[in-house]
Amino acid sequence: MAEPLLRVDNLVRRFGGIVATDHVCLDVSKGEIHAIIGPNGAGKTTLISQLTGHLAPHAGRIFLGGRDISHFPAYKRSALGLARSFQITSLLTDFTAADNVALAAQAHDGKHSFRFFANARKEKSLRDAAQAALARVGLGHRADVPVAKLSHGEQRELELAVALATKPQLLLLDEPMAGLGVTESQRMVKLLAELRQEVSIVLVEHDMEAVFALADRISVLVYGRIIASGKPDEIRQNEEVKRAYLGDQHVVVGHG
Amino acid sequence: MKSQLNVSSVVAALVVAGLVLLPVYSNLSGNIFILTLFTRIVILALSAVSLNLIMGYGGMMSFGHAAYLGIGGYAVGILAQEGIGSGWAQFAVAIAVSALYALVIGALSLRTRGVYFIMITLAFAQMAYYVASGLSRYGGDDGLTVYKRSDFGGLINLGNRVQFYYLCLFCLLAVVVLVWRIVNSRFGLVLQGLRSNEQRMQAIGFPSKRYKLACFVIAGMLCGLSGALLANNTDFVSPAVMYWTRSGDLMVMVILGGMGTLLGPVVGAVAFLVLEEVLSQITEYWAIIMGPLLLLVVLFGRGGIMGMLGRLNRG
Repeated sequence: MAEPLLRVDNLVRRFGGIVATDHVCLDVSKGEIHAIIGPNGAGKTTLISQLTGHLAPHAGRIFLGGRDISHFPAYKRSALGLARSFQITSLLTDFTAADNVALAAQAHDGKHSFRFFANARKEKSLRDAAQAALARVGLGHRADVPVAKLSHGEQRELELAVALATKPQLLLLDEPMAGLGVTESQRMVKLLAELRQEVSIVLVEHDMEAVFALADRISVLVYGRIIASGKPDEIRQNEEVKRAYLGDQHVVVGHG
Repeated sequence: MKSQLNVSSVVAALVVAGLVLLPVYSNLSGNIFILTLFTRIVILALSAVSLNLIMGYGGMMSFGHAAYLGIGGYAVGILAQEGIGSGWAQFAVAIAVSALYALVIGALSLRTRGVYFIMITLAFAQMAYYVASGLSRYGGDDGLTVYKRSDFGGLINLGNRVQFYYLCLFCLLAVVVLVWRIVNSRFGLVLQGLRSNEQRMQAIGFPSKRYKLACFVIAGMLCGLSGALLANNTDFVSPAVMYWTRSGDLMVMVILGGMGTLLGPVVGAVAFLVLEEVLSQITEYWAIIMGPLLLLVVLFGRGGIMGMLGRLNRG
């Protein structure tokens, strides 16, 4: 079998006595949407942070395209095609939407940024790339709006545009639906469904409807351990999962 | 970019125009003192502009910026004493040593953040202060008199008040233009991104530390230049220019004028130093009036003077 795009091998991370990531193994193939679900505090964001390089694992390894990236700093992982959207929107609020995306394009256009004189906002290639990514998420008309003036839903879409502008192979999305209204959620689901043609996605999400609509495979994380991993139907039938997590949410899963 | 003609731009333009025309006024009125005062103001404004690059645009609260004033000053003083009078050599050494100091201090300090960063930059500057105090060959605690100002051949005579003033003003305006270009460049956008959210910038692919370090070094070099000018202005350099209260003064100028605005530090330096001068003529205890005034600006004038003017504009 071909090497998966992302392979996580026995990852461990502790905080004091708590094992937040407990020997997690995970594969994500090219073109796959792999959802990670689990109750609050299950260690989902901790896991994502280790994948992006913001948190060092205590044991285990992470491979991207067969390459061991376990000890790479965040910026190098970004250069290799790993992109992340943040759970709590963390855009550069002083800047416009276009500035935010253009900076991401700037990090990836092959030129370094030790350029001190030319006005970066007038670099056509960067602005074009930004505009394209904004249009991709439906924010083309909001390019010049400062981030602080965007609605919450628009900020979530902008998060995605920023990630896309880094030309990723793998997107790590940390609760992209958080705080979105029904219509906005539907738009986001549609957008992610379109994106699966271009990029593999690891999706951490509480919105079960979205997860079961999008995911090719689902892994269930409870107390830092993956207790089940499989196709949506298998997860839905899994007794342990029902007990540990889905039990509270019969209704949601029922029509998922 | 539409609202170029707002209140704060007008005030900034007036301040710059005033600075350009000051020698004319000084000459007509015969008031030489004001030229001396403003030479000092222009030089310290240059330091404030350089500090603003780290603090305002880079989001790094350096509390040791006065160290570069001392480094620049001692470069001039020590070389002059050792018989090297060339301004080119003196200024080149002032800037180069400042860069080196910034590189080392920055590489160490940037491992920390927040309060620790403030404390470590402060500690290094105090270390520089004590090193200078220990230079017994160059006056130690008492400081070092610069008997001959930097010699730029026939190009410009630093002994001439007006020429020296215009040299300082030229340096200030050149540095303001430089900072303006930097702020809007690729480098500048990365820098402001880091101020806003460093983790995000790493996630989108920027190795953050090297950009911050480069900024730290650039600012240090610019302040080293102003240190060299300051030693020429006072014909004297002593450890006192590096003392932590001097670093504090520079921070106050930046905050008072408006952090992260291009001309805020210039306006802040003029306001702070003129106020200090005026108040100290009224009473010996001028700090009692100055303190509360600054407090008011910080508490109620978010964004400093430039910020308040900006709000006037929006009504």
